[in-house]
Amino acid sequence: MKVVVTARGSSLDSPMDPRFGRAERFILVDDASEGFHVIENSQNLNAAQGAGLQAAEIVSRAGANCVLTGHCGPKAFKALSAAGIRIYTGVGGTVGDALDRLRSGQLKQAESPDTEGHAF
Amino acid sequence: MQIAIASGKGGTGKTTLAVSLALAIPKAVTLLDCDVEEPNCHIFLAPTVERSEAIGVLVPVVDLDRCLGCGSCSRFCQYHAIAGLDTGPLIFPELCHSCGGCVRVCPTGALTEKTREIGLVEDGWAGRTRLIQGRLRIGEASSPPLIRAVRRRAPENGVVLIDCPPGTSCPVIAALRGVDFVILVTEPTPFGLHDLRLAVDMVRALSIPLGVVVNRSTEGNRTVRDYCEDEGVSLLLEIPDSREVAEAYSRGQLAVGALPGLRRDLHRLYRRIETRVKSTTATGRRECTVPIREAEPADRPVRETGGNETERKGFF
Repeated sequence: MKVVVTARGSSLDSPMDPRFGRAERFILVDDASEGFHVIENSQNLNAAQGAGLQAAEIVSRAGANCVLTGHCGPKAFKALSAAGIRIYTGVGGTVGDALDRLRSGQLKQAESPDTEGHAF
Repeated sequence: MQIAIASGKGGTGKTTLAVSLALAIPKAVTLLDCDVEEPNCHIFLAPTVERSEAIGVLVPVVDLDRCLGCGSCSRFCQYHAIAGLDTGPLIFPELCHSCGGCVRVCPTGALTEKTREIGLVEDGWAGRTRLIQGRLRIGEASSPPLIRAVRRRAPENGVVLIDCPPGTSCPVIAALRGVDFVILVTEPTPFGLHDLRLAVDMVRALSIPLGVVVNRSTEGNRTVRDYCEDEGVSLLLEIPDSREVAEAYSRGQLAVGALPGLRRDLHRLYRRIETRVKSTTATGRRECTVPIREAEPADRPVRETGGNETERKGFF
C-alpha cells in the first residue's frame, strides 16, 4: 500500500501540514519498500485556484492508495475519490505518528469533504 | 450609443441612476441589466417580459473508451477544470471557461462539447423602455458568458444604457468593454473614493471616456470633487443625500419622482454625454471585440412568454 501524508518538512519527524491542496510537501510511503519519497508541492502552494485538484493529480500519478491530511475540500475529495484513493482527514501530529495510527487501525476514512470549496 | 453605469464600490446607486436616466432621456431607451447575479432594474420598472431565453456555455465531456489517459487536456487547461487522474480525466464543468482547447489538444477525439445552461436572458418592455436582463443560475460561478449574451441582444441603434455589476473584475469588464461612455457612480466616503480610484484606472485602461456622478452628496464634502479635479476626471453630477429618495427607494420607487429637478439634471447629463460621444467617435461606435463562444441557438430552448400579466409575475 502506498500512503501519502501532507507534511511541513521532509522527514517522518516533520509535522503534518493540515492543508491538502496547499500542503508544503507530500511524503509518500510504500509498505513494499524501505524509506519514503518527498514530493514537492511548491507550484500549488501559491496557485490562484485549483490547488486541490492539482494536488489530487500529483497524488494520483504517484500511485497512492490513501491520503492522510488535515482538511480536504469538495473538488479534491471528488477527484481523489474518482481515482479510488481513500482519504483520512482530521489527522495531525508528525508524519510518523500518523502512519503508526493508520497501521494500527486508529484512523477512520472520511466519507465527505470537511471544508468548503474556495476555488474562486 | 452605449453608456455603461458602473462603480467600484457596491451600493452606490448604479441601478438607481441607470433606471432614472432611462426615464429622463426623452427618447426610447434600451436598458441592459448586466448585474446578472442580482438584476434589480425590473423592481423599479416592472416590465412585461415577452421573451425568455436559456443561455448555455460549452463544456467538455469525455468518452473514456477513446481516452488514452495521456493528460494533455488536463495540462492544457489554465483553469484546472480537468483533473488528469490515473483513471482518466475528471471534468469540473463549473471551473470551465469554455475555451475549447482541451477538445483540440486531445489526440484521440475522446473529448466533445455539450451545452451547459447557466442562466436566462429576459427581454421585455416597461412603457417605452425596453429592458433586457440576465439572470444567472444560483450557484453559478462565472457570469461573463451570460453578460455577453445580454449585450449581444442590444439593438444596433438608439440609446443603450448598461447597468453593470459592481467592482473592477471580469464581470464588469464584460459589461462595459467597447461602450462609448462610462458613468462611474460613487459616494463621498473613504470607501467610495478608494473604489472610485480603482474604477477610474480600469476604465482608463480600456480607453473609454468616463465621467463621475456622486450620489448621496452632502454639502461641503469635497472628498470626490478634489480627487476629480486632481485627476482631470469630469464630475458630471452630484445627487444630494435625501431622505425622500431613500423613502421612495424603500417602496420600490425611483429617485426621479422623489427629488425635484433630478429628471432635468439627468436629461442635461445625457445631453452632455451625447455631445461628448459624438465629438470623439466620428467614425462610429467601436466594435465590441469580445470572443464569442456561446452555444448554438438550436441548443437553446427559447420560450415566448406572450407577456401577459400572470406570466410577468411568474418571471419576476
